[in-house]
Amino acid sequence: MWGLGQMPPLLNVQELVVQYSTLRGEVRAVNDVSFSLETAATLGLVGESACGKSTLGFSILRIVPPPGRTVAGKIELQGVNLLNLPLEEMRRIRGGQVSMIFQDPMTSLNPLMRIRDHFIELFQTHDPSIKKEDALGRTTKLFDALGIAGDRIEDYPHQFSGGMRQRVMIGLALALDPKLVIADEPTTSLDVIVEAQVLELLKLLKEKHRLTLILITHNIGIVAEMTDRVAVMYAGQIVEIGPTGDMFGDPLHPYTKGLLESAPNVLHPEQSMRPIPGNPPDLVSPPAGCKFHPRCPKVFKPCPLREPLPISQGSRLVACHLYD
Amino acid sequence: MLSRKKEFVRAVDTISFTIERREIFGLVGESGSGKTTTGRLLLRLIEPTSGEIRFHGDNIGELSPQSLRQFRRRAQMIFQDPTAALSPRMRIGPAIKHGLDIHQVGSVPERKKETLRMLERVGLAPPEAFYDKYPHQLSGGQRQRVVIGRAMILKPEFAVADEPVAMVDVSIRAQILDLMSSLKKELGLTYAFITHDLATANYFCDRIAIMYLGKIVEIGPRKDVFKSPRHPYTVALMSSIPIPDPKHKADRLIPRGEIPSPISPPPGCRFHPRCPYAQAVCSEREPQLEEIEPDHQVACFFPCT
Amino acid sequence: MKSLSGIPARLLLRKVPKGAEVYLAVAGAVLLVTVISLTFLAPYIAPYNPIIEVGPALQPPSSQYPLGTDHLGRDVYSRVLYGAIVALEVSAISVLLSSIVGTVLGLFSGYSGGKMDRVFSMVMDSVYAFPGLILAIAIAAMMGPGLVNMSIAIAVVYIPTYFRMIRGQVLQTREQLYVEAARALGAKNSTILFRYIFANIMPSLVVVLSLNVADAILTEAGLSYLGLGIPPPTPDWGFDLSKGKSYLPGGYWWMITFPGIMILIVVLGFSLLGEGLNEILSPRLRER
Repeated sequence: MWGLGQMPPLLNVQELVVQYSTLRGEVRAVNDVSFSLETAATLGLVGESACGKSTLGFSILRIVPPPGRTVAGKIELQGVNLLNLPLEEMRRIRGGQVSMIFQDPMTSLNPLMRIRDHFIELFQTHDPSIKKEDALGRTTKLFDALGIAGDRIEDYPHQFSGGMRQRVMIGLALALDPKLVIADEPTTSLDVIVEAQVLELLKLLKEKHRLTLILITHNIGIVAEMTDRVAVMYAGQIVEIGPTGDMFGDPLHPYTKGLLESAPNVLHPEQSMRPIPGNPPDLVSPPAGCKFHPRCPKVFKPCPLREPLPISQGSRLVACHLYD
Repeated sequence: MLSRKKEFVRAVDTISFTIERREIFGLVGESGSGKTTTGRLLLRLIEPTSGEIRFHGDNIGELSPQSLRQFRRRAQMIFQDPTAALSPRMRIGPAIKHGLDIHQVGSVPERKKETLRMLERVGLAPPEAFYDKYPHQLSGGQRQRVVIGRAMILKPEFAVADEPVAMVDVSIRAQILDLMSSLKKELGLTYAFITHDLATANYFCDRIAIMYLGKIVEIGPRKDVFKSPRHPYTVALMSSIPIPDPKHKADRLIPRGEIPSPISPPPGCRFHPRCPYAQAVCSEREPQLEEIEPDHQVACFFPCT
Repeated sequence: MKSLSGIPARLLLRKVPKGAEVYLAVAGAVLLVTVISLTFLAPYIAPYNPIIEVGPALQPPSSQYPLGTDHLGRDVYSRVLYGAIVALEVSAISVLLSSIVGTVLGLFSGYSGGKMDRVFSMVMDSVYAFPGLILAIAIAAMMGPGLVNMSIAIAVVYIPTYFRMIRGQVLQTREQLYVEAARALGAKNSTILFRYIFANIMPSLVVVLSLNVADAILTEAGLSYLGLGIPPPTPDWGFDLSKGKSYLPGGYWWMITFPGIMILIVVLGFSLLGEGLNEILSPRLRER
């Protein structure tokens, strides 16, 4: 079992497979992924484009866009398999127990609704008995916590800047005290300084509300700063997962090592930005055996032949033949 | 000095700088800083409202159509979005060759040979296999190599690189930058490197200009600007970036608020409403770039130490 | 581009599972190939001369006259076969005319912008606002009967369609990064217009052409039905439809039915092809 700690996990994903059909064939965006997450922990899901991290995030909420579909596995939230729930119940869970912060705040808000109405609608959908004044009151309190001035409550989304819209997104995700929050590249589309503001806000809220957070990103700096545990994904699979400090201090999987070394570091530029040779794999016809082997500096005999299984190495789990 | 007025927005407002031969000059800023507009002005892809841009001493705004075409051979652009920068209906061989066709360089068979050589040079091997491919058959990093190859086949002296690695995977970024670097050595290139990513600028550039809302607020050698940033905005930028080291404690100097709209920039120093060190004079007069160290200039009345 | 003739095909496409667009396009193509071969083979396979009396009038379909005879004793089967020639000739000429004029104007107008663009757009919008058939009637009536005149009348009706579509696409494509890249390379305006902009617009043009032919055939039939088209005795589906209508109450159903079926088949064929091509080409254009 991936990453079990002392407490029973809040989220337990087992052997998840998400597939979609393209003109050229079937693609396994998420290929047999298993991990678990404890309450109040922050897990970073890190990888490059098309590694499956966003698809994995969407699959937890069962909002994988077609033609993608979940074909195997379990997603258990406090013991309940979300994949088996009827759609009505899943809708109650979305926004309520499990919520998502989306990447692009520009298009994630309804331009025809005032900001406060986004919140009021959220409250009313999950509790039809709530009175409008109460909903409004809760919204105002949220604005405070988000650092948005109260007099902006009547505004429309286009009157908000990018950073403020992302704060609104965070507010919407936290409004109903969810058990689990999935943040999909929450700061990627933001300017540097605004990104820092949003990260600081997330850190604050995380601490204050003891949030359980899955943070999906390709930015190694954000992972280092915000997460307790990290799962590194490549070609739809988790290649290494473990505590953040250990992963950075002593990366086991060659891809983890390569990824960390390729990250830009503004303080130590000479140590950063080392390339990984080759190109990302073609998921329609991926390499045989270990999918990373064509680009791996440590490739040896078993790598093109068999796919490595996850193996426990101290605090971590690694899928690499070097540790067989 | 150049400024450009697009309706009522001064995207670039009265900035002056020089780029030395063989230098990698970084233009760093966030959205609305004017860095992208400046890049296009440098190649006369947009016309300046006032001011001059001199290439080898000649004002490019006054070039005849013929000399302009000559200029285009010597000054090229590398674009940010490799997918959008390539015509989806043009195979990549002809796309790279196109510059040679436009300027009628060499004979027709020589052009094809040169294109194959360039394909190999940018790392798309075997070149014959890539020659007939369409852009959608390539990965993002490969497309960016095509964009670079297309610009470099004309053997330019100067290249404006507009966020060339922003849309490329992290592990491939260094590959692309290494390619740009080796091409620089081979062709004796000068680069204007536009980016919002300070870390990449620190890795790649020789000199840096930090831009904010259409103005240059700090300019100097890369080492100096990064070791001792003087403008409060530069300091804020540097402290904001997440560092890929869990042991590093983020000690951020975050200015309040966000970048104001360029339509009505703040009076005086444009950064003053957000600056933690702002004083009365900052809203009344605009600070000019002044040398604070040899070759290191700052536009601020109260630069940091 | 939405055309009336495309409606049956679009309704069909909605019911069809993904991937089957190819079959529809192929079906359309097959229908068309059949019809087009008819136009070339008509003189060889038609059993009778279509414009002379070959037997008793108003005979129902029989072994001697497979589709019956009309009110003048002419063989309906032969008339239907020869009718294909007129239909396709007229629509081919008119589509060629309107596509060339509309596309060229659209390209230049969209790319240059400014006053010329505004003037052209106004003119084209005004013409477009006219209901197509009525405009064709007006022009055909002015010009008099005849194959060429009819083709011109129909062509004029469709020029704005091409103009608007091409111009719209030019405006969009003009802003693309690869156009700016071409300019940065030093390409001349004409090169940019043809090798970059037009090359990327062409797929949509092919689709419009196909649907346009379908519409043109319907319009031609309409004009002939109203007596504004090819003068008799040349076999023409629309004209025969019109004559057949008057005999229908008398129980003589074959004069109107078979030309009508032919029009249906040809129009369906072109629109299946057009809409099928549209479906095939669009995802490919969006493919990453």
